[in-house]
Amino acid sequence: MANKVYADARSALEGITFDGMMVMSGGFGLCGIPENLIIALRDSGVKNITVISNNAGVDSWGLGLLLETKQIKKMISSYVGENKEFARQFLAGELELEFNPQGTLAERCRAGGAGIAGFYTKTGVGTLVAEGKETKVFNGETFVLETGLVADLSIVKAWKGDKEGNLIYRETARNFNPMMATAGKKCVAEVEILVEAGELDPDAIHTPGIFVDRIVQGNFEKRIEQRTTRKRENA
Amino acid sequence: MPWTREQLAQRAAKELRDGFYVNLGIGIPTLVANYIPQGMEVTLQSENGMLGMGPFPYEGDEDPDLINAGKQTITALPKTSYFSSADSFGMIRGGHIDLSILGAMEVNGRGDLANWMVPGKMVKGMGGAMDLVAGVKRVVVVMEHTSKDGASKLLKKCSLPLTGVNVVDLVITDLGVFAIDKHGEAPMRLLELADGVSLDEIKAKTEAPFVSA
Repeated sequence: MANKVYADARSALEGITFDGMMVMSGGFGLCGIPENLIIALRDSGVKNITVISNNAGVDSWGLGLLLETKQIKKMISSYVGENKEFARQFLAGELELEFNPQGTLAERCRAGGAGIAGFYTKTGVGTLVAEGKETKVFNGETFVLETGLVADLSIVKAWKGDKEGNLIYRETARNFNPMMATAGKKCVAEVEILVEAGELDPDAIHTPGIFVDRIVQGNFEKRIEQRTTRKRENA
Repeated sequence: MPWTREQLAQRAAKELRDGFYVNLGIGIPTLVANYIPQGMEVTLQSENGMLGMGPFPYEGDEDPDLINAGKQTITALPKTSYFSSADSFGMIRGGHIDLSILGAMEVNGRGDLANWMVPGKMVKGMGGAMDLVAGVKRVVVVMEHTSKDGASKLLKKCSLPLTGVNVVDLVITDLGVFAIDKHGEAPMRLLELADGVSLDEIKAKTEAPFVSA
């Protein structure tokens, strides 16, 4: 039985990164991002990568780290508003950008991982995102053809994992991670808690281990982007 | 007097119904959650992967794994469920969400909506807005009636890149409320005027044709 467990994020990426590659990176904002694998990807020195991720991190954290070092050639995202360096590079023509509606992006990843080459959606019909794409009428309503996405590598973050690569996510840190785990030719997962096979409830597993090639336990900063609270009422 | 932000949110809350699953956009739509009528059960969806969104946490209780679509820390409720982005947008596109309340830069009389892009400015992206307007059963826009320079935002034809075509059912502005026949040919219908706003004033500030109900 091949060993999927790696000692750290850096060794977990060894031999599977190359210049010009396409990488999927899980997370929504800074929630549920594979923060250790992003740092390891930066340290690998890989260049000219295309990154598929809902967002582009913030300055100096998450994918913002890979922007600072100019390792990203192109982003495929739905919303990139939280990153000044991103805006600077984009406006200077140094960075390509493809916007996908968030649901279309999620479904493109799901489709890619599930062997679906394309699908028709009503999202974006009549807008810029449908320009140049085939449309088809079903029951009197127009749908646009979108394609599945497969990346060379997907990096995802889960809460718990076992040595077989089975993953369980926590709360809204799940987001894009399950689909992206299925849609990388190689998938590396980082988890907060790594346990022996048999210790996770098989009925509770979100991502079956078949999708995960390598797994690593990490320490996490888990930065909060917008800290919003309410006052405690006095007892 | 035109309606204030809070009054706009209060008016939008009248579109809620008992048992509704609702997605609220960023800005004034978020405030609608403060005006859910007593005794009415409404479940808020957050498109990053949550049904049953609770209020902000108490100071010190923030959980980085638990955020809303605006990336704000929030809390769960006893009825909460979590799911992936694919399942979340399956709910949205699949017509399982009853109501979406969101902001806009322009709306036309046919229910076309523009709210994601101003050419020449840094574009942040559409996020989930295109999926929401395409898939949710009923789409309500809350916006200022005119732009900062006084131009009507209710137009015959939107000038900005669209978020969706024939998608808006109701527009609530600081001057009044309009119903849109998004799949038909009928002009917009003015349903209500804000207190103290005259028919002449709203006519002067509305480019799209409309009839008074």
